[in-house]
Amino acid sequence: MSMMDRRKFLKVAGLSTLIGLGGSSAFELLKPGKVDAEMEHGAHGHHEAANEEGKETGPKTRWAMLIDMKAITKEKAEKIIHTCHYLHNVPNWGNPKDEIKWIWEEEYEHVFTDSYNEYDEVLEKLPFLLMCNHCDEPPCARVCPVEATFRRPDGVVAQDYHRCIGCRFCMAACPYGSRSFNWLDPRVALKKEMAQGRKLNKQFPTRMRGVVEKCNFCVERLDAGKKPACVEACPDVMHFGNLADENSNVRKILRERISLRRKLELGTKPSVFYLV
Amino acid sequence: MYDSGKVIVGLLIFAGIFLFPFIYQHGAPAKKPKPSLDTPAIKALPVKKCVEDTKFMITTHMQFLNHWRDQALREGNRWYVNKAGKKVWISLQNTCLKCHSNKKDFCDKCHNYAAVQPYCWDCHYDPNGSKL
Repeated sequence: MSMMDRRKFLKVAGLSTLIGLGGSSAFELLKPGKVDAEMEHGAHGHHEAANEEGKETGPKTRWAMLIDMKAITKEKAEKIIHTCHYLHNVPNWGNPKDEIKWIWEEEYEHVFTDSYNEYDEVLEKLPFLLMCNHCDEPPCARVCPVEATFRRPDGVVAQDYHRCIGCRFCMAACPYGSRSFNWLDPRVALKKEMAQGRKLNKQFPTRMRGVVEKCNFCVERLDAGKKPACVEACPDVMHFGNLADENSNVRKILRERISLRRKLELGTKPSVFYLV
Repeated sequence: MYDSGKVIVGLLIFAGIFLFPFIYQHGAPAKKPKPSLDTPAIKALPVKKCVEDTKFMITTHMQFLNHWRDQALREGNRWYVNKAGKKVWISLQNTCLKCHSNKKDFCDKCHNYAAVQPYCWDCHYDPNGSKL
């Protein structure tokens, strides 16, 4: 009987170790190229699928908003906020704890925390308008357990209040603080305001207690072929258009002007541009 | 039996009170609700027809409205083409309630009768009413 040689022993020992470790799955794992392929797919699969889709037909529409910081004034910002909040029946509770906001004003320092420069005395004084950024990769839609918030093919991140269960995951996920939670019945505040002369937009519903809300890029107007209300309120400040179309108004402006977007490093690909 | 007179009389009174609603309503079914179609917008219509035919609307409006909701909100498709081929803008407040501007005498009539509380009205409201 011949003795097992060293080479054969190592082969058998190695094989038994593999079987002991994970049965047949261990072999599959070591198939050349398999792990690499899977890792690649995990990290970039989503993008590749989107690109493949895009190659065939191309995304026809990708809505974006440009806010001209050279044209904006305090009065115009207030007019825009008022128009939006009136049209969407956004209540004003009068305190920051219960505040509901779709579009609001903030200082440069708080808007661009990463690029803030204390010597930048011009930007510092401008009223930056903040709103939902309608990201290409919306983290809010990713965490929503009931798919109440989702990205439409035209790039609008929509919120379905019928489905929202009020878990507020999306509020935690949104890096821009664009979402507000209805801690109280918004109609209570609206009724109080109406007694003081506020008008209701009867073409638009209210929300109910326990749902999250945010800017909807005026989908109800987009679907009717109109522009968002803020653009209509101040067309010299707000520019709205299709990023997917090379010849669109927004692409032309972006070619000529310097623009900033918020928190690009997070990879959410926001679609609200600040022209500075 | 002690105090049989009092007990029996008491039992009879109890049975009388307990059975009163059944005896009182005997043979008469609860009144069927009649949702009112008496609104200026409906009166002005040349042909009194809803988006689809009446029978379909009565029996299926709940599923139909859910379908409308999903079409408008999730599919971004705000036009509905009915069986007759007519295009209708999908909106509860701006289409349905434009004709049926009497939520109290239309929607609520049957909903109260059937003791259902659809959550539509948590957010939507009758744009013709003065109340939110």
